[in-house]
Amino acid sequence: MARFVYADNAATTPVSREVIEEMLPCLEECYGNPSSLHQKGREAKEILDSARERIAKVLGCDASEIYFTSGGTESDNWAIRGAAIKMKAKGRTHIVTSKIEHHAVLHTCDALEREGFTVTRIGVDADGVVDLEELSRAVNEKTALVAIMYANNEVGTIEPIREICDIAHSKGALVFTDAVQAVGNVKIDLSTLPVDMLSLSGHKLHAPKGIGALFVRKGVSINNLIEGGGQEKRRRGGTENVAFAVGLAAALEMAEKRLCELPRVEKMRDRLIDELTKIPYSKLNGHRTNRLPGNANIGFEFIEGESMLLWLDISGICASTGSACSSASLDPSHVLLAMGVPHERAHGSLRLSISHDTTDEDIDYIIETLPPIVEKLRNMSPLWEEVVKGNNKNA
Amino acid sequence: MKYSEKVMDHFTNPRNVGEIENADGVGVVGNAKCGDIMKMYLKIDENDVITDCKFKTFGCGAAIATSSMATELVKGHTVKEALALTNSAVVEALEGLPPVKVHCSVLAEEAIKTAVADYYNKIGREIDFEIEKAHDEE
Ligand SMILES: Cc1ncc(COP(=O)(O)O)c(C=O)c1O
Ligand code: FES
Repeated sequence: MARFVYADNAATTPVSREVIEEMLPCLEECYGNPSSLHQKGREAKEILDSARERIAKVLGCDASEIYFTSGGTESDNWAIRGAAIKMKAKGRTHIVTSKIEHHAVLHTCDALEREGFTVTRIGVDADGVVDLEELSRAVNEKTALVAIMYANNEVGTIEPIREICDIAHSKGALVFTDAVQAVGNVKIDLSTLPVDMLSLSGHKLHAPKGIGALFVRKGVSINNLIEGGGQEKRRRGGTENVAFAVGLAAALEMAEKRLCELPRVEKMRDRLIDELTKIPYSKLNGHRTNRLPGNANIGFEFIEGESMLLWLDISGICASTGSACSSASLDPSHVLLAMGVPHERAHGSLRLSISHDTTDEDIDYIIETLPPIVEKLRNMSPLWEEVVKGNNKNA
Repeated sequence: MKYSEKVMDHFTNPRNVGEIENADGVGVVGNAKCGDIMKMYLKIDENDVITDCKFKTFGCGAAIATSSMATELVKGHTVKEALALTNSAVVEALEGLPPVKVHCSVLAEEAIKTAVADYYNKIGREIDFEIEKAHDEE
């Protein structure tokens, strides 16, 4: 194998050394239960509180507004279900979301729909930007919650959250944003961004899997999702994962410090996009400029994503695809379909998600490695045969 | 999900990729929408023996590997023997497929049978077999 390039940071990231080093003492020495009265408990409580403080400081909110969870999925479930059930008492039984949300959001909304809520799923344009006019028409006095992601995990498009807040708040609805992909990649300041709730997840920013947080703005009241022993101010039961909470705080601080280095990542991303879209019959998925700094998602026609991934993997490159063949359901990515990307191109979509750890040499290697793979697969594709013979209607 | 070594061998090193000019039977199966398209070409001599078989496939690793394996399994055999080829025989020859990928092997069986049907049509022989469909009709 010539080289190893991890280009799947949108799926998950390696835990950084600094994060591990901050976490280790919490596992070995400060192992107390933060609810315990004795010294070990007090010590753990102090560390947990300080982790909360550190996260709040980075995000521009108050520590009392941060709740630790088991990750992005739990935060998403809690925010949506907790708000929906609470608002139902006020006669608000309508939920608005988008067609390109993560399944943690989509399936929670589906479940609430089965339980009697009405759900409107807003469409997006060809770049994956939520249709604000459609949103304005959808939100009404019955709307409990507008749940729209900050940035999309597949195509990287960043959504107009401020405008979304204006629209929702004008009708008295709450706003929740899934910022799992955005946090650490985009400057988020909750002192000026008027969302009511925001979710984040550790493993997308070099902290471990299984830790996340939900921001709930002061004055916003939602129901509990997980009942238990009174932890997190009786809002989320379960003995706190102190070490991972510290890891999350450390990772967030690191990400914040490195925001100024993101233009370098963007430059590498743009080189990937520019070079790979030179391959015939390829097209960028997602917004050209208003996208996550590490996300390049490109659709190659006439080939299938899983085959592309297998070849990349053999060549030492880890990436992902929205192809039907690589999903358990054998359906192509709902995000690409919502954007109007034809099935054929969704099939050949490739997501490369890079990070601060990526080097220019890694980018060179991807740019060198991919075109022959595309060519090889096209040469054995009956669809490509038609193109070569000039019979393809779509080409 | 993990593919067997055999699958990876046939995926990275597919046998009999290509087209046959003036093939005696051609079978195209699948659907670009739901995933896969497989195209099989058969060259058949006067004794009903498949002397050459080539394929082109648009699909996942399993689709490519099963096409490759299927061509190997029918080449040099009679049309009758080819018709007896089941997808489970292809899966077995590949040392197994992940459960979600078994439908790709059904496609290979279907492609061979469709190519034979095309041959029967060309030579005016009655089609006395059924073709199992890999995908439900939409
Ligand atoms: C946008 C988005 N939301 C939610 C999640 C789920 O987060 P977690 O894996 O921490 O449950 C992910 C990651 O898989 C994501 O990308
Ligand atoms: S070709 Fe789509 S899953 Fe095999």
